[in-house]
Amino acid sequence: MKTQNQKAWFFVLPVLILVAFNALIPMMTVVNYSVQETFGNNVFFWQGLDWFQQLLRSDRFHAALGRQFMFTGIILLIEIPLGVIIALSMPRKGFWVPVCLVTMALPMLIPWNVVGAMWNIFTLPDIGLLGYFMNNTLGIDYNMTRSPFAAWATIITMDVWHWTSLVVLLSYAGLVSIPDAYYQAAKIDGASNWAVFRFIQLPKMKQVLTIAILLRFMDSFNIYTEPFVLTGGGPGNSTTLLSIDLVKIALGQFDLGPAAAMSLIYFAITLLVSWLFYTLMTKDDAK
Amino acid sequence: MLSWMAWTWPTAFVFIGIFSAMGVLTALEIRSPGGAERKGVLGLVTTRGDRLFISLLGTVYIMLAWLGFLGMPLWWPLGICIAWIIFCFWKV
Repeated sequence: MKTQNQKAWFFVLPVLILVAFNALIPMMTVVNYSVQETFGNNVFFWQGLDWFQQLLRSDRFHAALGRQFMFTGIILLIEIPLGVIIALSMPRKGFWVPVCLVTMALPMLIPWNVVGAMWNIFTLPDIGLLGYFMNNTLGIDYNMTRSPFAAWATIITMDVWHWTSLVVLLSYAGLVSIPDAYYQAAKIDGASNWAVFRFIQLPKMKQVLTIAILLRFMDSFNIYTEPFVLTGGGPGNSTTLLSIDLVKIALGQFDLGPAAAMSLIYFAITLLVSWLFYTLMTKDDAK
Repeated sequence: MLSWMAWTWPTAFVFIGIFSAMGVLTALEIRSPGGAERKGVLGLVTTRGDRLFISLLGTVYIMLAWLGFLGMPLWWPLGICIAWIIFCFWKV
């Protein structure tokens, strides 16, 4: 019989402690806050489930949630197909491979707030390259501090610019792992490009694409810094995504109770969607 | 020391409940390893831990839905939740 050695658990211990302090204990505190009211000074009053009920029936929350789903939906619809297309058209061997890979990886190396600031300046109507060009050369009225449509177009373009590379790199990794024999077999059978994509490349990319969609869903659903720096949630409330609204409630108004209730609902949504997606995508793999 | 966490008894019981459920699962896992894996009625392959996760997540949504659409009190959804948890461990 094999001897059981449980020493490996000790190596997991540091991670456990870290997770306890940066996730578990703050999370428990948020749960405690969500059922109480405070005016500061560490004095709390029992509030029951009032915050949850108020929030679930508040138009402000529904609107922010709707904007959040719209944002995540749009960027997923753009980034996933675009990423796959770019990965398919990248060279598989030769001099251009590292050039493409490094160029692709560059946007992801830039910190979130820098991305926001960059796009902010880029789109300023009087001095920004894009803003000036649109307004003065093309004559299109483009000002994201005035028009909600321009603001939305800008945050979506920014996110596509920043994160499509992630989908590209993951899809590319899936593509290069396909053995040549598959392509040779397809050639002998006279398969069309579409058939090769549909029956060889897509199934082989399924796992990395699952991870890519999951990561992009979670990241975009929790996005805060970039739209905050770029539009600050405006004009009006038109780009106030869920996280921006949450910070407004928690730190702007110092309503810790409602903010805690909101973050728990936020968390429950992220958890459910991620779990559902992952379970459905990997359902047939486990036999 | 713990005053900043603003503990209340009801929230403490929630966490005591979750952690003792995890403790029971650990004990069961030591007694019969493998997680009692099976394919349930939803077509998912689940272990005991998965079933606990699904039942807790479902409970959250049942409660939130009732609170949002019908409001207090929450005795009826509590009954639905218990039925859901039993269903999860029995069939899923």
